[in-house]
Amino acid sequence: MQTAVLFSRVSRHFGNVRAVDEVDLDVAEGEFFAMLGPSGSGKTTCLRLIAGFEQPTAGHIEIFGQTAEGVPPYRRNVNTVFQDYALFPHLSVLDNVAYGLMIRGVGKRERLQEAETALELVRLPGYGDRRPSQLSGGQRQRVALARALVNKPKVLLLDEPLGALDLKLREQMQEELKALQRSLGITFIFVTHDQGEALSMADRVAVFNDGRIMQVGTPQDIYQRPRSRFVADFVGASNVLPPDFSGSRNWASLRPEAIRLVSSDGRPARVLSRNYLGGQTRLSLEAGGQRLNMLAASGDDLPADGANVRIDWSPDDLHLMEDGE
Amino acid sequence: MSVPQTAILPGRGGAAGTAADLFWRNPKVLLALLLIPPLLWLGIIYLGSLFALLAQSFFSIDEFSGLVKYELTLKTYRELLNPANLDIIARTVLMAAAVTIAAAIVAFPVAYYAARYARGRWKALFYLGIMLPLWSSYLVKVYAWKLILAKEGILNWVFEKLHLTWLLEAYLSAPVIGGNSLSVSYTGTFLVFLYVWLPFMILPVQAALERVPGNLVEASADLGATPAQTFRNVLLPLAMPGVVAGSIFTFSLTLGDYIIPQIIGSSRLFIGQAVYAHQGTAGNIPLAAAFTVVPVVIMGFYLWGAKRLGAFNAL
Repeated sequence: MQTAVLFSRVSRHFGNVRAVDEVDLDVAEGEFFAMLGPSGSGKTTCLRLIAGFEQPTAGHIEIFGQTAEGVPPYRRNVNTVFQDYALFPHLSVLDNVAYGLMIRGVGKRERLQEAETALELVRLPGYGDRRPSQLSGGQRQRVALARALVNKPKVLLLDEPLGALDLKLREQMQEELKALQRSLGITFIFVTHDQGEALSMADRVAVFNDGRIMQVGTPQDIYQRPRSRFVADFVGASNVLPPDFSGSRNWASLRPEAIRLVSSDGRPARVLSRNYLGGQTRLSLEAGGQRLNMLAASGDDLPADGANVRIDWSPDDLHLMEDGE
Repeated sequence: MSVPQTAILPGRGGAAGTAADLFWRNPKVLLALLLIPPLLWLGIIYLGSLFALLAQSFFSIDEFSGLVKYELTLKTYRELLNPANLDIIARTVLMAAAVTIAAAIVAFPVAYYAARYARGRWKALFYLGIMLPLWSSYLVKVYAWKLILAKEGILNWVFEKLHLTWLLEAYLSAPVIGGNSLSVSYTGTFLVFLYVWLPFMILPVQAALERVPGNLVEASADLGATPAQTFRNVLLPLAMPGVVAGSIFTFSLTLGDYIIPQIIGSSRLFIGQAVYAHQGTAGNIPLAAAFTVVPVVIMGFYLWGAKRLGAFNAL
């Protein structure tokens, strides 16, 4: 399979700020790739480097084998879904979607037809006559998606595409985006700070921090085998345990759902507080001076605040981190 | 002051306290009180005087006595439309159009820089640079330009030092736009109009461009548009309300001005000068009034046309 986007030792510095610092990256053709990280971690700058809005300070970028440095955005067959959609307020929805085709000189009838097809693809048929200001946030998001997809880009970039939507709509759009990507086969690269979103949608995830990539892998890799304390901490609120607690040389991570309440053996712990989350309840525990989070199935038999309990986990679930100093 | 103990606080008391409660319950009373004085001013003194002026244009002057006959007639308008007067109108409208187009072309890059790139101190400097000329007297500025453009002026001197006098002379020998020197040519009038009204174009265009989110420009480039295509398809349509607002200033101010063409330019009249001449020495108030109706009508058509062309769609 061909490499869609390749970064080799790419840096983008703004004065003293190293927004992106010697990043190596390769995204395969047809992949759904997520860039995950807290704000200011360099993930959006990486996206902008691919789109061509930023130029690297150092390093080399290839898009489908072609050098991308010095190539302006309008000569890249790459399209972006912007965080706040960036729809043109003076154009109708249909003209917004047809914009890229109009720029390329596609005839009026043909481009409006293709734009209408694209609107159908994002399940907004017949919305073409409206103005962007007349649409809801979720609808604008779909228009932005249609406007990018109508150009049949080699790579589609999505910058926090679901950030402004409410939870229910977000979950629905996650499903739709995934289905769209599967059916179109276009390489999707999307930026998010929401680990749940990254894990549920992406084929592979790159976790960013301080302008560097901390780890790249499948969602299972990232979640179950974090390489560093940062990744363990950022992806899924893992318990990060110091060497003396885990009894090994390295720091270790322990998933909240891996901890069990037991009646005998195990370690003594005390319940500090409980958070009811619906099907599950999060217990905040203290054991041997270490705070632990555990997730238990909700039920009547959960211990009360302040109760002394015994906890255990299987040794397999204790993941030792390579980069865990 | 102690922390209040009750859930509902007592009234503040006094006239101010009572008024505050009253206005809170009836916001329209406050609105009415605030609006009535300016509306009276606008309605009676401002528009009233304009209508009195319009009424004058429907009277005529008695050719023998030179007195105004207070009978409604279209005689004055017939006089307005004679060839000599039409000449004045055409000259003024063409000048106003030329000044407006040139102002838009000069203003756009300046406004774009100020809206997109200038920050902090540079932005303050931009405003200062645009506003500074407005703080000095209009008359002084116009006379300063006369000195710049005159035959003995600095511009001629610069051309001479650059050994380009032949170029200036070739330009001045051109029909219509040329003349004996720049200060007595239409070109001179045009330059001074452009200088004096330019801030009125820059500021609204800058305000309009400031409201265009930067990511629209990026989105356009992302969708394959070159900077020129982005300008034509995104920036210009979105800045159009600002350009139209600015052009209303430059166009109407040029239509009505009578000092600049009198000090700098050929001796041929503009509308403002005709008004000045007719209401003054000639004592023909009706014809002067009819002349002032011309810019009003032209501006009306201008706005109607701009609206039909969709200039306000992005508002």
